[in-house]
Amino acid sequence: MNLATFWFILIAILFTGYFVLEGFDFGVGILLSLLSRDETDRRVMINTIGPVWDGNEVWLITAGGAMFAAFPLWYASLFSGFYLALLIILVALIVRGVCFEFRSKVDSVRWRANWDRAIFAGSVLPAVLWGVAFANIVRGVPLNAAHVYTGNLLTLLNWYGLLGGLVTLSLFTLHGAIFLSLRITGVLRDRARRTALGVALAAVPLAAAFLAATQVSHGRPATDVTAGLAAVALLGGVAAAFRGREGWAFAGTAATLALAVATLFGDLWPNVLPSSTSAAFSLTVSNASSAHYTLVVMSWVAVIFTPIVLGYQGWTYWVFRKRLTSSDIPAAKTPASSSTGLGGTQRPAGGQS
Amino acid sequence: MNWSAYSAFVGNVFGAPLAMEALLAFFLESTFIGLWIFGWNKLPPRLHLATIWIAAIGTNMSAYFILAANSWMQHPVGYRVNPVTHRTELTSIVALLTNSTVLAAWPHVILASFVIAGMVVIAVSAWHLARNSQTDVFRRAMRIGLAVTLAAGIATAVTGDIQARLMDSQQPMKMAAAEALYNTSAPASFSLFTIGSLSGGKELWSVRVPYLLSLIATLNPHGTVQGIDNVEHAYDKKYGPGSYKPVIPVTYWSFRLMIGFGMLATLLALIGLWLTRRRRIPRARWFYRAAIWGVALPYLATTSGWIFTEMGRQPWTVFGLMTTAQSVSPGVTASSVIISMTVFTLLYGALAAIAWWLTIRHVKVGAPAEAEPGAAEPLPVFSY
Repeated sequence: MNLATFWFILIAILFTGYFVLEGFDFGVGILLSLLSRDETDRRVMINTIGPVWDGNEVWLITAGGAMFAAFPLWYASLFSGFYLALLIILVALIVRGVCFEFRSKVDSVRWRANWDRAIFAGSVLPAVLWGVAFANIVRGVPLNAAHVYTGNLLTLLNWYGLLGGLVTLSLFTLHGAIFLSLRITGVLRDRARRTALGVALAAVPLAAAFLAATQVSHGRPATDVTAGLAAVALLGGVAAAFRGREGWAFAGTAATLALAVATLFGDLWPNVLPSSTSAAFSLTVSNASSAHYTLVVMSWVAVIFTPIVLGYQGWTYWVFRKRLTSSDIPAAKTPASSSTGLGGTQRPAGGQS
Repeated sequence: MNWSAYSAFVGNVFGAPLAMEALLAFFLESTFIGLWIFGWNKLPPRLHLATIWIAAIGTNMSAYFILAANSWMQHPVGYRVNPVTHRTELTSIVALLTNSTVLAAWPHVILASFVIAGMVVIAVSAWHLARNSQTDVFRRAMRIGLAVTLAAGIATAVTGDIQARLMDSQQPMKMAAAEALYNTSAPASFSLFTIGSLSGGKELWSVRVPYLLSLIATLNPHGTVQGIDNVEHAYDKKYGPGSYKPVIPVTYWSFRLMIGFGMLATLLALIGLWLTRRRRIPRARWFYRAAIWGVALPYLATTSGWIFTEMGRQPWTVFGLMTTAQSVSPGVTASSVIISMTVFTLLYGALAAIAWWLTIRHVKVGAPAEAEPGAAEPLPVFSY
């Protein structure tokens, strides 16, 4: 295996980390208003991802940075080619991030309701568009001889791309519902689990159709195996959710996302961005990659620091492993403290706020 | 997104510090800030304290990597241009990360950030002291803010001065454009203001400090500073005929505004330290007014500084290697660029307004009350 292929796999791993982790963040954002009955419910839900959502987003930044360093031509064609789609994703992620920070800074029902709507939009749009983007990357996009994208935003909204978008939307929602059922107790936990089973009715057929369509057009034997395993993991996860085994259910949807990314990247290789105009114009692992020295330097950096990152992010999840309940949320704040977030009030014992 | 030709040309070199920034710094910052905010009562106190230090270290590392990337654009080192692909390739990561330009730029930027932080503390404290609220807390806070601003303000000037001499040797055009000095001069004076044409015509009026530009650029009052026309002539020979001048009024004024706003902030800190000496609380209303509105000064200074250093590099994106005109994405339409520019301007404008409003509300509430002796330490409630 040469270094360029090593980096192709590493970028696949970074996107796997991103979709597995940010996937449930999106799911929580999508379900925020649908699952909650009152403000305390919403705060319990947001606080399940409170300590981790920003660290989860860095997986995307790192994937983008790794693409830039290891495959500059891939980065150049993709980021300029998918311009408006990525603009929408960026705006959604920016808005979603500040929503979490701003929503509890003012004690007003309308203020919070507006930010909650923005959280929903900021979670749904990227959840759909990531599927659209990756489906189109695998399918191929119009690239000319200079590897310049010659389509527009509508080019990406073909049936396969839209199917991909529905798959990521439903899978992230399912993943988020199962995550919530794993992270909270009480009636909200049961509601999350039942919602997961409902979402699964859409997610399973959509994912099966997408994987089948992908394997028929772009498959190879190795990815037939990963696609099959993804389907098994998804069904296993749903079955575990049905039986109330939330840990196994979460492992199932996480494995589904990881195996789906493995399938898509496996189908893509040795291309990184196939041209639908002419196969000769495709960007590949070899023609898009950086020179040897850059890859050597970056490989050392990645080999040393990726395990460290995994270590401390894993530790964060361990620190915040305790399930949340409504009693963990401090009583409605006074206007003074709500505007600061620094109320100086006594924290409830064991409260994770 | 707008610079695919640039990305393809520099990714081999420029992408490395960016990917390192994400992997080494961003993960550290984002994960440990989450641990700090949500970790009260969950982590032992010392470990909890360590998490905010780790986040801060991550932030400083982040600044280093991004400035290393930017410094490579100002002064490319540790690379070669592949004769076949016509793209740059990294030859030494050590040279890239120890570029003399980043070694000077990093402390300059970090120290300027300390001036901003100091001025924010000064402004908040002034607001409360002017209203006689929580004077104990805010007099102490004010003193800390003043001391930090004064020390960091002076150190920012010193590091900026070191940068000026590097700039004189690495980017003589930028140095000349900072002064709108058209003809090579020895000694060269520094103008505080110029009224009249900055485009090479005769000036109507100016206030000049003799020898100062020579001192800034060369440490020698009689040192030679190259003029814009002379550098242009040399570049025409080196890079082929063309225009290698930045927009002179922009570089001239942004350079002055950076220095001026920064010096005003530092001066304010000096005056404030005098007024608060020996446990005094200032009475003068003008001081409080200046201290509150003075919070704008370091923001204006750093913004001017970035405008100067980026506009001063024009017409290049990578100095001597690639121009801005060559860097753009051939496939991105003007309408896409206008859409994204409009969206980002409106979005960040709205977010800035909301953040400003929330900050003012937050400031007016004041500091959390101090605990009764013997009572359990009240901890901040951070909750979404």
